[in-house]
Amino acid sequence: MSQESKQLQETARKAVDIKNVGNFVLNNALIILMVIAAIYIAIINPNFLTTGSIINIISQTAAYLPAALGIGGCIVLTGTDLSAGRIVGLTACISASLLQSTLNMANKMWPEIGALPVFVVIPLVMLVGAAIGAFNGFFVAKFKLHPFIVTLGTQLIVYTMLLIYVTLGNNNGMAIANLDKSYTDFVKGPLFSVGDIAVPRYVLYAVILTAIMWFIWNKTTFGKNMFALGSNEEAAKVSGVNVFATTVLVFALAGAMYGFTGFIEGARVASNTANTGFNYELDAIAACVIGGVSFVGGIGKISGIVIGVLMLRLIFIGLNMIPGMNQNFFYLIKGAIILFACALDMRKYLTKK
Amino acid sequence: MEGTALLEMRGISKEFPGVKALDNVSLTVRPGTVHALMGENGAGKSTLMKCLFGIYSKDSGTIVLDGKEVDFKSSKEALENGVAMVHQELNQALTRSVQDNLWLGRYPTVGGIMVSEGAMRKKTREIFNDLAVEVDPSAIMRTLPVSKRQMVEIAKAVSYHSKVIVFDEPTSSLTETEVEHLFRIINMLRDQGCGIIYISHKMEEILRISDEVTIMRDGTWVATRPAKDLTMEEIIKLMVGRELTNRFPPKNNEPGEVILDVEHLSGKYTRLKDASFQLRKGEVLGIAGLDGSGRTEVLENLFGAMTKESGTIRLHGREIHNRSPRESIKNGFALLTEERRATGIFGIRDIRENTVISNLKNYLVGGICLSNKKMAEDTAWSIQAMHIKTPSQSTQIRSLSGGNQQKVIIGRWLLTKPEVLLLDEPTRGIDVGAKYEIYQLILNLAEEGKGVIMVSSEMPELLGVCDRILVMSGGRVAGEVDSKNTSQEEILTLAAKYV
Repeated sequence: MSQESKQLQETARKAVDIKNVGNFVLNNALIILMVIAAIYIAIINPNFLTTGSIINIISQTAAYLPAALGIGGCIVLTGTDLSAGRIVGLTACISASLLQSTLNMANKMWPEIGALPVFVVIPLVMLVGAAIGAFNGFFVAKFKLHPFIVTLGTQLIVYTMLLIYVTLGNNNGMAIANLDKSYTDFVKGPLFSVGDIAVPRYVLYAVILTAIMWFIWNKTTFGKNMFALGSNEEAAKVSGVNVFATTVLVFALAGAMYGFTGFIEGARVASNTANTGFNYELDAIAACVIGGVSFVGGIGKISGIVIGVLMLRLIFIGLNMIPGMNQNFFYLIKGAIILFACALDMRKYLTKK
Repeated sequence: MEGTALLEMRGISKEFPGVKALDNVSLTVRPGTVHALMGENGAGKSTLMKCLFGIYSKDSGTIVLDGKEVDFKSSKEALENGVAMVHQELNQALTRSVQDNLWLGRYPTVGGIMVSEGAMRKKTREIFNDLAVEVDPSAIMRTLPVSKRQMVEIAKAVSYHSKVIVFDEPTSSLTETEVEHLFRIINMLRDQGCGIIYISHKMEEILRISDEVTIMRDGTWVATRPAKDLTMEEIIKLMVGRELTNRFPPKNNEPGEVILDVEHLSGKYTRLKDASFQLRKGEVLGIAGLDGSGRTEVLENLFGAMTKESGTIRLHGREIHNRSPRESIKNGFALLTEERRATGIFGIRDIRENTVISNLKNYLVGGICLSNKKMAEDTAWSIQAMHIKTPSQSTQIRSLSGGNQQKVIIGRWLLTKPEVLLLDEPTRGIDVGAKYEIYQLILNLAEEGKGVIMVSSEMPELLGVCDRILVMSGGRVAGEVDSKNTSQEEILTLAAKYV
């Protein structure tokens, strides 16, 4: 081989290397930027990376994760779910009202019911969420409506249910507070402590739900049918997939996840009103998109959603820690992250011609 | 061909709003035979098969499968009862793996809900080995070339171990070696006693592979005959309902001076490399080659629909760049794309909009308002000049037959007064009668002094219509032949040059 051709080969190899590095950077640009941002915040405010702050970030991630895991399935079907936040609100209020302390009967919404065991309330609110989700899925699958429209409708319907619910019993529209200790302990009690800072129990629940959802998405026929349906509905149909049942189930499962989020939020917020859960769907959708669940359909990973929720929380908590940061800019930054994430995501699925 | 029928469809009728798609059609398939179903587009072949497969529900008639009357309400039911189908349009979940697609709707499970990846991989390997299909089971579908995807689809249909297998135009995206491969698979299935229904437009294939041929026309049954008693001419006659004496119209165009000169054209993201050629006024230049040889890339790079790496284009000796389709249209180019449905028509919009879309600025009154009257006039001209059969200008284009859709698009481009027409598979998916009309249109354009470059995978069509043929192979120009003094063999040899 001549000297010249060797040189040529060397240059070509280098060019490929540079291209690969470039692709790697672009494909992971968001995470790289987030890490840079975290390092920057940690430098200007040393409190950012203290144990307390890190546990705070992890706890908040755990609180927002279940709803995002639910909505992720709807996005895989090229849909979305705008009713998530109101379902969280409704189930939070139901959970709180059924688990109020019996020590102060005067302020109890349902004085005739004692404090129920949490293991009755959890399946109940998940069932309420799943029922509303199934209602969404029914309209999407039966009448071929876009989920955006269907869930816009149910969002409003559920809000009315929520407004009426908080006026029932002895409550008269007041905030539902004064929760039973069994409830708050179950949700917020210490799982374990690092130093003198406790990690709340709901972190464990989020981990369990994540594992279950990972199993459903990757290991079950239902999960595979969901991805196939999101990728090509016609192909799924002619291959004998029950498109109707799969769609309804995806939305119902999402609803159950909002129900569980509601249960956690009820205790976390501690004082629940009709405003609880408002706009939660937007953060959940943003997290999914950041985590690479594509609106193209049929693409997404549970690990991506976890990273998406974590990134979003990291940035929110981090921004709060930048001295002199104007809070009004938070939304701008959030918007920019969403646009940036989507543009990067689409880049992967475009074929250059 | 003795023996009882495996599948008997009797007196099937199906009506869509305003159209009688099937009128009392019958079809009998015996075990261990290949039964070809032929007819022009819109004759009702696919509709008949969709009635069998549970995608459409028939209005009347009976279907007897293996001596038992059946009426499938869904594809699932059809598959479970021994009827499988390779669909005309590739129906695949592109973001999923090959094996996920293969077992979709019937994943092997552990305990009913958990998918067994191991079993799935093993069964996929077995089937691919049996059929000699070389595809990685865990590859993501979208990363495979179309022909491989089609082979996966064929393997999938076979894997159901069905009694009846329907192949609806399986070869439209296959290369010649893969067609041979498919025929070996079909012969194997025939030996196993399956009943095969084979739909294709390619006569040579039909006469080679089938035992019996049923011909349909306008939703009715025309004839069923043993394939060995039929000739190509007879089939065409039965399909069209009249005799087509010539498959190609007479050629009266006379190539003049060189108008377009392309040198060293290479694509940036495609395999096109160093293509040089010339086009004369009034000439039809054909581009031949196997699938993936860079035929389409020549046209799309020239038109600016793909990004060029290098090369010069001269029109009348003046260098032009054609960096984007917009710029190319201004320079007098027009491109009829390969995938009519995907990149040619605006399906739900009407004939008029589809006709004027590339030429809107000519209908502006005062610079902002589109004149309906002018647009209607030009559309009326196009309908008349192209012999488009449509109830009105406000008909949705997707309700027209493929041939008429293609004529609408040719009409669209003629309104931009192009000098160079680039036609990519202008007769793909178009029935025999309409093909002749398209050939006539192409030759008329050449006679009027336009330069035409035409890509086709049908060799007889290139030989019958073009003056010269450029043969592509492996992204490069393998040679150029004069269509009067060449043969299919010579072109095929050139096409294999850089493979």
